[in-house]
Amino acid sequence: MHSRNEIRFLLNGAPVALPDVSAAQTLLDFLRLNRRLTGTKEGCAEGDCGACTVLVGRLAGGVLRYEAVNACIRFLATLDGCHVVTVEHLRGPDGALHPVQQAMVEFHGSQCGFCTPGFVMSLYALWMERPEPTAGEVETAIQGNLCRCTGYAPIIRAAVAISRYGTPTADLLTRERAAVTEALTALRDGARVETGPADNRAILPADVDDFAELYAAYPQATVVAGATDVGLWVTKFFKPISPAIFIGHLEGLKRIDRDGDSLRIGAGVSYSELGPVIAEHVPHLADYWSRIAGWQVRNMGTIGGNIANGSPIGDTPPVLIAMGAEVVLRRGAERRVLPLEAFFIDYGKQDRAQGEFVEEIRLPLSQAGERHAAYKISKRRDEDISSVAAGFRVTVQDGIISDARLAFGGMAATPRRAVAAEAALVGQAWHETAFEAAAVALAGDFTPLTDWRASAEYRAAAAANLLRRFFHEQEGQAPVRLAVA
Amino acid sequence: MKDQITSTEAIRGAVHSDLRHDSAIKHVTGRAEYCDDIAEPAGTLHAYLGTSDVTHARIRSLDLSAVRAAPGVIGVLTAADIPGANDISPTGRNDEPVFPTDLIEFHGQPLFAVVAESRDAARRAAELAQMEVEDLPHALDPLQAQAAGYPHITDPLKLERGDVATGFAEAPHRITGRLNVGGQDHMYLEGQISFAIPGEDDDVVVHCSTQHPSEAQHMVAHVLGVPSNAVTVNVRRMGGGFGGKESQMNLFACVAALAAKKWDRPVKIRPDRDQDMSATGKRHDFVIDYDVAFDEAGCIQAVEGEFAARCGWSSDLSGPVTDRALFHADNAYFYPHVRLTSRPMKTNTVSNTAFRGFGGPQGVVAAERMIEEIAFALGKDPLEVRKANFYGPEGRDLTPYHQQVTDNILERLVGELEKSADYQARRKAILKFNAQSRFLKRGIALTPVKFGISFTATHYNQAGSLIHVYSDGSIHLNHGGTEMGQGLNTKVAQVVADAFQVDITRIKITRTTTEKVPNTSATAASSGSDLNGMAALDAAEQIKARLVEFAADKWEVDPAAVIFLPNAVKVGNEVMGFDALVKAAYMARVHLSAAGFYKTPDIYWDRAAGRGRPFYYYAYGASCSEVSVDTLTGEYRVERTDILHDVGRSLNPVLDKGQVEGAFIQGMGWLTTEELWWDKQGRLRTHAPSTYKIPLASDAPRIFNVGLAEWSVNPERTIKRSKAVGEPPFMLGISVLEALSMAVASVADYRECPRLDAPATPERVLMAVERLRGDK
Repeated sequence: MHSRNEIRFLLNGAPVALPDVSAAQTLLDFLRLNRRLTGTKEGCAEGDCGACTVLVGRLAGGVLRYEAVNACIRFLATLDGCHVVTVEHLRGPDGALHPVQQAMVEFHGSQCGFCTPGFVMSLYALWMERPEPTAGEVETAIQGNLCRCTGYAPIIRAAVAISRYGTPTADLLTRERAAVTEALTALRDGARVETGPADNRAILPADVDDFAELYAAYPQATVVAGATDVGLWVTKFFKPISPAIFIGHLEGLKRIDRDGDSLRIGAGVSYSELGPVIAEHVPHLADYWSRIAGWQVRNMGTIGGNIANGSPIGDTPPVLIAMGAEVVLRRGAERRVLPLEAFFIDYGKQDRAQGEFVEEIRLPLSQAGERHAAYKISKRRDEDISSVAAGFRVTVQDGIISDARLAFGGMAATPRRAVAAEAALVGQAWHETAFEAAAVALAGDFTPLTDWRASAEYRAAAAANLLRRFFHEQEGQAPVRLAVA
Repeated sequence: MKDQITSTEAIRGAVHSDLRHDSAIKHVTGRAEYCDDIAEPAGTLHAYLGTSDVTHARIRSLDLSAVRAAPGVIGVLTAADIPGANDISPTGRNDEPVFPTDLIEFHGQPLFAVVAESRDAARRAAELAQMEVEDLPHALDPLQAQAAGYPHITDPLKLERGDVATGFAEAPHRITGRLNVGGQDHMYLEGQISFAIPGEDDDVVVHCSTQHPSEAQHMVAHVLGVPSNAVTVNVRRMGGGFGGKESQMNLFACVAALAAKKWDRPVKIRPDRDQDMSATGKRHDFVIDYDVAFDEAGCIQAVEGEFAARCGWSSDLSGPVTDRALFHADNAYFYPHVRLTSRPMKTNTVSNTAFRGFGGPQGVVAAERMIEEIAFALGKDPLEVRKANFYGPEGRDLTPYHQQVTDNILERLVGELEKSADYQARRKAILKFNAQSRFLKRGIALTPVKFGISFTATHYNQAGSLIHVYSDGSIHLNHGGTEMGQGLNTKVAQVVADAFQVDITRIKITRTTTEKVPNTSATAASSGSDLNGMAALDAAEQIKARLVEFAADKWEVDPAAVIFLPNAVKVGNEVMGFDALVKAAYMARVHLSAAGFYKTPDIYWDRAAGRGRPFYYYAYGASCSEVSVDTLTGEYRVERTDILHDVGRSLNPVLDKGQVEGAFIQGMGWLTTEELWWDKQGRLRTHAPSTYKIPLASDAPRIFNVGLAEWSVNPERTIKRSKAVGEPPFMLGISVLEALSMAVASVADYRECPRLDAPATPERVLMAVERLRGDK
């Protein structure tokens, strides 16, 4: 294995090679300050407004895939081997507007215009995949884009009409697909990349084994997968991350395999990459999945990162715990398997040794007799952190509840199970009264906190009501949930 | 007299036509230049604010040595570095220092600025200050402030009409209640930013994202201790304003200018989003105590209201904002006997400021709460109560400030919306649905808006413009208004195109600059098109008059025989191109430049007496919203909204519709998910989009029908008989709050007003449901 110190990527129409890239250098600052590509805007520097949205094309299993991402929290070093497309690249050489731009103009989709380039890029990413999107698909694609002027109606009108102005097959990125694929393939030399000054070191391991070795050797390093959390450490808190080991590019952490009655999901699989698998194999999570952050963050954030950072309000742990997920932890060449619920010890403390990392998640699929649900409550429906998140798996045999796994997020210092409420269910008949009892018992399981997302009282009341919702939803007699789109 | 005549049918970009935003193509291509996109001259430095991490304290010492020693730092600015006045109070009250010298009055207050080679270096260095302070007790909200004996930050206002005591004594019903209504962050996508470039002598040019360039200019001059003629402030466009850049840019403009002059280098300052939200003011939150008396029919007999506002540590614009809350506490309703009082409370929080509606929405929401109270108390449909209380003919047409309402169109407007939204049938269906649905409940509400148009500070109701017609026939348009997305420049250009009867493509829209039009008012109070459109028309008419006089003279025809046709001019029997006429006029030494001016007629206001005609006219609107509520979690969804809004004879219907749609969503956000949350230590904890949740696309109504009242014509002689549009539709969002209220009320058979405070987050909705279930 060889190594190099250059980050190499394509920026719009040209190759870029940067010899000395700091770990903390963001793509947005590079675009605006180094390249004066000022069409990409900074609105929040935390991945929550979408004004900095750009497309990043990368090879996934050899196939070129373009995704909308937030340039503000995307580290420049992670673009090695990628194609970065900014709004400046959309206009034709003759100055003609791109179909997305034309639609936004025709439908009056801009007012102050500051969020507009970001919307254009998100809609572009959508249009390449779905040339004739529904309004609901548009809403999902722009979950990560804030507009304060228009109220969104004209943007949605524009988005569903883009194909009136052109087709993806005639689009620049489609036409140049083969050439870009070839160029990116050529950039993949299997090298480890080590770059940046000594106090701001960025390392991109060559493969998973290289990563395991590196991390064992530098256990104090910051491991960065999607950077959707670490990005904020840098942009908001000036936290040093050097040496940073970037692992978002490692294909070896992106495998998804069916293994009998369970799925084995690589820790580096992004929410977006897992989306179709969830839809097919874990349908009760489908709606929940599309409410994790916004599209740009789902394109970057990984399931392993969501677990490894140990947040009490991560979206995936409660629902994965409820399903009985396990994590595979690896240090060097050693691996161990742990029930996910045992991984979270206390606030900021996980069962993870120095140099050990989350390599894989094993997710048992639903069995006969199991009833599942996943619920997220947040102040705003989309792109918000949950006040309460819950995953339930209740097994019913002959009308009797034989097993119950009720896991909650946002209710304690860690995502965890509600043992008293579970005990109230197990052995009882599947009946409203059992769930009433469980809702009462739940008060003994948690002492939630009050903060800006929700008060302790609300968290407690809503969590208890989710048990009631679960029962009635399973019964299917009355509508208990607001219809989606 | 030969020339190309491009069209003789109609000009492109006429008034009353749908014309896209002048910058639309630049927006979508990323070529629209905002302040941070301006190419920086070599040697540009970057400033950043160092802020307080305590809420209320006396400063013992402020040690900036570590800041100065940080990598890349050029120096620091404190109060001691201010050559002029250490004051940026926009109302001349001298209560807002740029940097405090001895007292910290809120958490996040700017204390100093650091200037460095890069923004990153300045940001990092700003964290390094060491401070010794003596903590003082703090009061964060108006009630705490009242309890602690804090003063009014500015003079309160009282509006009174009729005999309140008798009104209450004679009425059969009376309800008192309290409404808490939260504030709102502007969350303009482009944050505050200023970029100052020093010039010779005292001169400095400041590129600033501001709605009020003249104030930024005057404030920079005040702080630098130089005459206003040394300072130029420019703004081509803002990435949103909403009132947040009416006075809040002053700090940034002054810091950039101070640093630029001190180090004689260009200096840019741009706070990050957290600092922007922590250090700049927002919409005022209010605690409103109301007392309303009414009869069996739901007719209001008497109203008393006290409006206590969280104003923050300085007065800023809190005086006129709290005044406007009272001006709109009647909304659309006649109060036979009324007394309204404002309590602008000083608090240890950021100084609250202008925000779309300027206090008006808080007044309107109180009026609508009283209507709800009456409806629930009497078991009536709130719409019926509304109609019973609308302003009417003489005897029922006087506002609490003694202005006669002469242009009321609500009966027709609301009637049309009630019909087009199918309100009655849907309300019946919802009542039926709620009776059968155990967990999901629905609600519907139709709420009106009447909003007074004009600055209540009468002297602000003036505007200027500057038009040059160059000898090639191209037109340069400048005026004192600022572009923040609302399409003002497009509308004003339409007015000028219409005046000259030329295609709008001939008109160059230019940045707003204090060099071209002096002493301008803020682009605020919805007045941008009203004032600047008129001022531009005045300039265009002056030039036209000179052209007419010249043509009549040269070609020996009667002036009445000089007629401006689309892209041509008819002089007697001859038709020539506009260019040809201009060229000929130039050759004959005709002055082809004019400064225009306008002041709103017929308005006056006596604040001490609480009487006058503060508003030139009213804009009206109505919205009908239907919601679904999950009574297990408090989550909700807006199923449908129908809007009928009055913009008079629209200058540009498509832009106006965009304003109405956007304002509705912003108003809905204010009342639903946008929550400002301070912890007990006084720290604002919702200070970025990760924690402060403005509406997303998926929060918009599932069905959203927005229409303009096409039949409406402003009876006053406004620009082309149009009406202002910026603020009035913001209050259409109240229909969502009230629809939520109805859904909540259903759990107690609509016998009790849920008194849903705002913002009605899912939490507040669930807690209201639980409270009503407990009361049942």
